[in-house]
Amino acid sequence: MNFDLSEDQIALRDGIRALVDGRFPMSRVREGFDRSVHEELAAAGVFSLRADGFAWTDAAVVYEELGRGLVPGPLVWCFGRKRVTTGFDASLIGATLVEFLGLVDDVVALSPNEQITRVVKASEIDAAERPEEWPLDPLTPVWRTDRPIGAGNQLDESFDDLWNAGALLTAAYCVGMADRLTEMAVAYAMERQQFDRPIGSFQAVKHICADMAVRAELARASVHTAACVMDDGTTGTLARAIAGAKLMAGEAAILNGRSATQVYGGMGFTWEVDVHLYLKRAWIFETQFGGGDHHADALAATMPTRT
Amino acid sequence: MDLRFSDADEAFRSELRAWLARVLPGLAPQPARDDWDARRVWDTDWQRQLFDAGYAGLNWPKEYGGQAAPPSQQLVFLEETTRARAPYVGVNFVGLLHAGPTIVAEGTPEQKAAHLPKILRGDEVWCQGFSEPGAGSDLASLRTRAVRDGDHYVVTGQKIWCSYGQIGDFGELLVRTNPDAPKHKGITWLMLPMDLPGIEVRPLKTVLGSSEFAELFLDEVRVPVDCRVGEENDGWRVTNVTLAFERGTAFVSDLVDATRLVEDLAPYVTDPAHRRELGHITADLDAIWALTKRNVTQSARGVVGRGPFMIKLAYSEVCQKMGELALRVLERNVLTVNAEGPFVEERLRSLAFTIAAGTSQIQRNILSERVLGMPREPR
Repeated sequence: MNFDLSEDQIALRDGIRALVDGRFPMSRVREGFDRSVHEELAAAGVFSLRADGFAWTDAAVVYEELGRGLVPGPLVWCFGRKRVTTGFDASLIGATLVEFLGLVDDVVALSPNEQITRVVKASEIDAAERPEEWPLDPLTPVWRTDRPIGAGNQLDESFDDLWNAGALLTAAYCVGMADRLTEMAVAYAMERQQFDRPIGSFQAVKHICADMAVRAELARASVHTAACVMDDGTTGTLARAIAGAKLMAGEAAILNGRSATQVYGGMGFTWEVDVHLYLKRAWIFETQFGGGDHHADALAATMPTRT
Repeated sequence: MDLRFSDADEAFRSELRAWLARVLPGLAPQPARDDWDARRVWDTDWQRQLFDAGYAGLNWPKEYGGQAAPPSQQLVFLEETTRARAPYVGVNFVGLLHAGPTIVAEGTPEQKAAHLPKILRGDEVWCQGFSEPGAGSDLASLRTRAVRDGDHYVVTGQKIWCSYGQIGDFGELLVRTNPDAPKHKGITWLMLPMDLPGIEVRPLKTVLGSSEFAELFLDEVRVPVDCRVGEENDGWRVTNVTLAFERGTAFVSDLVDATRLVEDLAPYVTDPAHRRELGHITADLDAIWALTKRNVTQSARGVVGRGPFMIKLAYSEVCQKMGELALRVLERNVLTVNAEGPFVEERLRSLAFTIAAGTSQIQRNILSERVLGMPREPR
């Protein structure tokens, strides 16, 4: 039992952090996703970690770093795939919104209701020519499809496997966002002066930051637990671990996004400060691989009921 | 990162599981909650059984009766005792989780030999004398005086919130030995034999209607200098050793209790909105347990991470959430405290969790200042 990053994992984390810091500064992140983002991450081995013999715990470490840097793109859907891929988990009946549709080769469709997993070529999907004008997250463009997407091809992976992997990696990304938001809020609170002192010296502000740190740390422990159970199913109950990870990490990212906005005050409401980009991404991830309500219900389902 | 236990740990687990299955059915019924003499007997009997079976002081040094077991086995012990619903430390709390670890870290060889084996065997019960009526969150402003007189300190003052004060054999006592020094520099940590003349113990009735705490009145109590742990006037540092321990792992066993309680509550929770809240509470408790595993892993390697500063803050708040859920679920059954299991009682008890051992507000100060490096509020 060693529930901490191994030396290899620390090296992996530092390596990917250096890549993100060096190649994906916020100036580039703000330009959004394109194929060069995919190429660079693919070349670094981000999407082929499993095929290259890495564990899910390693993948969680890597995706946390991507989240810290807010690297844009359908990065969770690209995991384990060679072609540029986006996806969605929603009912396949009727029109829907698909993130990154105009920028990818393939679309993976997961329908929780029908437990369907399939992949469709993006070019075969009947969708609007242009992305929607006012996406919630400026770095996550969305296209409206006019009708249900085509049949495509059945995927080899089971619904559960895709869902669990997607929830885990999304949760890991959210932990990175929650942690980075804490750092940003603390740094701003120590720099911003009001009443002739840093606002970070006031308990009302410090306590917000303390709660942010707790949320990020608890979420990280949950995500690492889920990753360990993915690697070895005898170490826990997978459904419970995944639900806990996505719930705790999603909440941490959203609440820390809101908290950072509050600490930044008026600046937090500006386009210029990065906080809103993190918060918007957190809100978007709440719609993917189950939101907090879904996973809270899933967790409750693992608890005893009246017989 | 790997949650798998070693073969040795798994062997430890199966032996422990078999032992628990053998001894737990023979356990006497728990005594009434305000019958402190009976509670002492019951809790220390259990401690003695643990000791005889080799399960006491898992993380304490071998030479003083401990097991010096790896941290992974401490986790296995907590997992298995929770699963089997074995008794919890009870009146041994201060000795096992507070005073004992302090003596392990700071005591002389003589002090260790005199107290640690007895604590582990259940032969010695400890109580706590830290807080004072005028020194709560600002503990370092304590005013209980100790004046050196030859081989003794003569101690006069008043303590409050003394856990298990009525039945303690020894108390961990903070006194002011230098009133002229800055407040953190004039404090000394003493072991107080509770049978010395001049000590008056008055039970303190809490919102539960029972007396888990006492007030302590000290009138020229002569405490031998041998009872000093650490150097004179170095008591604040010694205290922080204890408090750091308290924040880090002392609440692990409470977490075990909370995990049991939420499982017991779950069958009563039927409304979908309440079930959803149960899911949130379960996620919180699972996460705190996971963070505990991280803390244990790190402490075994001598690393002090962020986690130890967070456990108590997170745990105390989720316990209160659980208590509120219980009250809503039980509806009019809450009109008597003990009608449906321990839920209402635990809700009352958990009111103290965000106050005792450093309020949640103080925990957030410590976390933001020591972990996040934020400036102190002007004071």
